Amino acid sequence: MKQLAQRVYGTVIVKRGLAQMLKGGVIMDVVNAEQAQIAEEAGAVAVMALERVPADIRAHGGVARMADPEKILEIMGAVTIPVMAKCRIGHYMEAKILEALGVDFIDESEVLTPADEQYHVNKWEFKVPFVCGARDLGEALRRIAEGAAMIRSKGEAGTGNVVEAVRHARAIIGAIRRIQGMGEEELVAYAREIGAPYELVLETRRLGRLPVVLFAAGGIATPADAALMMWLGMDGVFVGSGIFKSENPYKRARAIVEAVTYWQEPEILAMVSRNLGEPMYGIDVRQLTEAQRLALRGW
Amino acid sequence: MRIGVLGLQGDYLEHHQVLRRLGVETVDVRLPSHLEGVDGLIIPGGESTTVGVLAERYGLIEPLRRMAEAGMPIWGTCAGMIFLAKDVGRPQPVLGLMDIRVRRNAFGRQIDSFEVDLEIPALARVGDSRPFHAVFIRAPWIEAVGPEVEALARLEDGTIVAAQQRHLLATAFHPELTDDTRFHRYFLEIVQQASRR
Repeated sequence: MKQLAQRVYGTVIVKRGLAQMLKGGVIMDVVNAEQAQIAEEAGAVAVMALERVPADIRAHGGVARMADPEKILEIMGAVTIPVMAKCRIGHYMEAKILEALGVDFIDESEVLTPADEQYHVNKWEFKVPFVCGARDLGEALRRIAEGAAMIRSKGEAGTGNVVEAVRHARAIIGAIRRIQGMGEEELVAYAREIGAPYELVLETRRLGRLPVVLFAAGGIATPADAALMMWLGMDGVFVGSGIFKSENPYKRARAIVEAVTYWQEPEILAMVSRNLGEPMYGIDVRQLTEAQRLALRGW
Repeated sequence: MRIGVLGLQGDYLEHHQVLRRLGVETVDVRLPSHLEGVDGLIIPGGESTTVGVLAERYGLIEPLRRMAEAGMPIWGTCAGMIFLAKDVGRPQPVLGLMDIRVRRNAFGRQIDSFEVDLEIPALARVGDSRPFHAVFIRAPWIEAVGPEVEALARLEDGTIVAAQQRHLLATAFHPELTDDTRFHRYFLEIVQQASRR
């Protein structure tokens, strides 16, 4: 290895590395400094700074954009844990603004209204790491090919319904299991079929997992939901509307943090799930129209 | 030899992988009962506030302090270093075992994270003191060390980024993210010495 006498910033190892430090943790959506502090005290590993949580974005309608920088700075000033923020799919300039603000991670997110229906942001040219949503292995590897340093399931944000997150997690993990048994010639065809770069399919097969950290997101509302996602093989969870749209956010946040660490201990899960008050009101995903399905944004 | 890796949150898997490659038996430590028969403990990188909150809730702080005081070696990387420190400049649950003052997120935010090669003369003990490739991620640094603490590595500007206090070891960077196993072997030497006593 060449000797680095001087510091080198924004490298792949540094960007993917931050995601590795978040493993086994919970990333919580917050809309102000007070919520951010509650999240940090409850044990969140990071917060996602937003103007509205996904459930409110759904209710509000219209075009959902990057949050006001003032809001993001307020939240950055309130906590010592990493702060993430969302830009629209393909919105290069929103991403540049978020990087200039100094956010620790950018979520190029289908929860906001897409800005480009052809291309996602070229994430390689940024020093700040990106996380992107995916519904299956092909989509996950396409995002990694564009420079994503972390992948999350899309799920169906703002519904409090875990079914889509489970579907996406199973699709990704299941495909990784299937390629373990494929020969090289099958792998070339499979890579073409799922629209992913062959090199990344090969690397994923060798590792037995994605080359970057994989979190669950979209509809997680209870400690049991979080533990279920860990059992399915996720490295950690995002909780969006599930915490601050529930009756007792601090208690629920804390319980979800404990459920992610102790997902293998049903007695602990039973204990932390007691008396959490009302969870967020849920939505049956089957009753949403195609236009209301956030997961169908991006490709 | 059995090495425990604190598995409350963070990059504990990466430490397990390095140790297993070195042929060492590892244990995932999430509850006090998992500490039984452990000869040494690694506290991985992650978020120190999360690790502190969970360690306190699940009763790990007292048993860890007792075992460390009885001579069990502990090595903390990044968040693990913060968790070992006596002084972190703000109220958060820590073990408070090492006589060091640590500054969290000392280099800044994620865009200030970096890689650099460090001179670490102490690694000669594991046979090879060529520069060590160090990865700093939202890393802390050591602002001050007590009389019993030895600084093992410094940045070009003199900032202390690795230190040892007898059987306690702290690094602001992440040896578990590279293929270089020397720091892990250095810690295993400390564990071996401690168990001979």
